Amino acid sequence: MHIVVCIKQVPDSSQIRVHPVTNTIMRQGVPAVVNPYDLFSLEEALRLKDRVGGRVTVLCMGPPQAEMALRKAISFGADHAILVTDRAFAGSDTLATSFALASAVRQIGRDMAVDLVFCGKQTIDGDTAQVGPGIAKRLDLQLLTYVSQIDAVDPERREIVVRRRAEGGVQVLKTRLPCLITMLEGSNELRFATQAGIFRAARYPVQRWDSKAAGIEDPSRVGLKGSPTVVRKVFAPTPNTQRADLISCESGTPEDLAATLLAKLTTRNPELAALLGRAGMQETGR
Amino acid sequence: MNTPAARRPAGRKLELDPRLAAYQGVWVFVEHERGQAHPVSWELMGEGRKLADQLGVPLAGVVLGAPGEPTRQFCQLAFRYGADRCYLIEDPALADYRNQPFTQGLTELVNAYQPEILLLGATTLGRDLAGSVATTLQTGLTADCTELTIDPENRSLAASRPTFGGSLLCTIVTLNYRPQMATVRPRVMDMAPYEATRGGEIVEHPLRLVETDILTKVLDYIPDNRQDRPQLAFADIIVAGGRGLKQPENFELVWELARVLGAEVGASRPVVQAGWVDPERQVGQSGRTVRPKLYIAAGISGAVQHRVGMEGADVIVAINSDANAPIFDFATYGIVGNALQILPALTGACRQHLALTQRAG
Ligand SMILES: Cc1cc2nc3c(=O)[nH]c(=O)nc-3n(C[C@H](O)[C@H](O)[C@H](O)COP(=O)(O)OP(=O)(O)OC[C@H]3O[C@@H](n4cnc5c(N)ncnc54)[C@H](O)[C@@H]3O)c2cc1C
Ligand SMILES: Nc1ncnc2c1ncn2[C@@H]1O[C@H](COP(=O)(O)O)[C@@H](O)[C@H]1O
Repeated sequence: MHIVVCIKQVPDSSQIRVHPVTNTIMRQGVPAVVNPYDLFSLEEALRLKDRVGGRVTVLCMGPPQAEMALRKAISFGADHAILVTDRAFAGSDTLATSFALASAVRQIGRDMAVDLVFCGKQTIDGDTAQVGPGIAKRLDLQLLTYVSQIDAVDPERREIVVRRRAEGGVQVLKTRLPCLITMLEGSNELRFATQAGIFRAARYPVQRWDSKAAGIEDPSRVGLKGSPTVVRKVFAPTPNTQRADLISCESGTPEDLAATLLAKLTTRNPELAALLGRAGMQETGR
Repeated sequence: MNTPAARRPAGRKLELDPRLAAYQGVWVFVEHERGQAHPVSWELMGEGRKLADQLGVPLAGVVLGAPGEPTRQFCQLAFRYGADRCYLIEDPALADYRNQPFTQGLTELVNAYQPEILLLGATTLGRDLAGSVATTLQTGLTADCTELTIDPENRSLAASRPTFGGSLLCTIVTLNYRPQMATVRPRVMDMAPYEATRGGEIVEHPLRLVETDILTKVLDYIPDNRQDRPQLAFADIIVAGGRGLKQPENFELVWELARVLGAEVGASRPVVQAGWVDPERQVGQSGRTVRPKLYIAAGISGAVQHRVGMEGADVIVAINSDANAPIFDFATYGIVGNALQILPALTGACRQHLALTQRAG
């Protein structure tokens, strides 16, 4: 089986700070990481390879330094890594990104036909969950999103059975290979990199493809030109000027504070008074 | 690279191609599963009504499902929640959600009847479908919007959403492509008012796809055991705890107050990550959005990523030992104090209050 995993390098958003005065993003020193959601897909791809054999190729589109993300994937056991990098991609929205990645997957398939493409559920920076579905549509692959488990895969009969999280339950779906899967977070636990893996990753020559090498004939379909959506403005959430009614009382014991709060809640908010009355009935009913 | 805000707001023209000006009307995709409409559909209907009125165009619901009364019933509901019209595809292949037939059906409807705006819920179904339809139609899609407005100058949809880990918002427009698509998470918008006597026109359309052409088959469906899963989104009262509770044992104080109030329990992200509570209880940008009548936050600082998930609550009570905690900037009532003492006191006071009201009632 040939499995392609799309991984994105993202800024570690837990470390992003906004400048309190200028409202601009302070990017300096923010470490870049592999999008955490993509790691569940990488692990699942490696498990499938362990089960049925084959090859795992990791694919990333991004600036040259995104090579680090691919090296990381190699250290866990991916076989090949391709970085699609070109100035022409700057400003791509999800439609343009999925166009470029789909084109690269097609290119990868020339070497060895691709049976499965994995994407993360979503990214933590773009956070759209659209690139996966976008790639699937462009490559005319069956799309299985929010997969929590792969029950069976049969490379000979070209079939796969998965469990997919729906809103109110779990669907068990069978589909034809090739297909595109996005894994649900928490569905597996990423393995540790082996010594040999780390060693291989350090020396691994990550392939770099510009837009031509990625098979993109028409540069107007990527980057700003290929993006229907445009960011009009970026702004900070409006600070609420109305501060909380701070409850204090003379003695200030917890009991007094609690009583004062409850009195305010029930006298100033009639709806809450009714609700808090009902709540007790429920408790006695339990 | 698809980080929206990483992009220069280029000086591109905003005039619409005349070919695209033919696209008119606002559509809301009516999501349903196992005979139940997802409430996000009616929240979107309320929002869609406002946009349609502002544009002076009709509002339509879109219903795809198996042939029969249950599916048609969703059209009636759509009218009662404000739709003027409903586009309906009934086909056995649409009995369960599958990407291929739903994408085909919705794409065909759009091409046939040309709406200018198409809204879907940012649910597992809605996100799966929206991404596929937008790519097939080659149009723009803005995910997880928190605010939708019409630009009065050029009638385009201005969709705002959090960016950069939620610390900032950005407004996104779709230029020279139609329809303009957006998804909105459940509980972000207000529910549309229900009018039992409202009706509308149903426009039927065939699905040009037969079962043998659909490559994905549903082998089974295992419904969630409702009792097992927390129902935060529709709880009237939520008691939530954060890192300020310090020890996992202390979280029991939150559970106790919740039990007395018949409330659901929520939590901030650090508490979930530390494994004190189930991830389904996380409130905020990467958790649930909630809209209770009362939200009690104990030991929660009120970081913007938490705030976006709960600021729709009618009344917010904050208990925090730091008078400068950001949560006091948007809470309704605040107690500056130690949650480990205030929570049990509040539990006691509520128990007493309830005993009294019950005796009185
Ligand atoms: C991309 C991204 C997504 C995120 N998504 C979410 C999300 O969905 N939900 C979410 O909650 N967070 C989310 N976060 C994290 C968020 O930024 C905050 O870090 C988090 O909400 C803080 O949780 P907290 O308030 O419990 O903890 P802290 O920020 O540590 O605050 C603890 C508070 O408790 C108070 N305190 C301490 N002791 C006591 C006491 N004895 N009594 C009363 N008060 C006390 C302190 O004064 C403090 O205000 C996200 C972050 C990022 C970057
Ligand atoms: N620049 C990129 N390079 C590689 N994969 C990407 C890129 N952008 C998005 N993806 C994939 O698409 C998924 C969804 O991304 P998004 O639509 O941005 O939430 C990610 O989890 C990745 O698997």
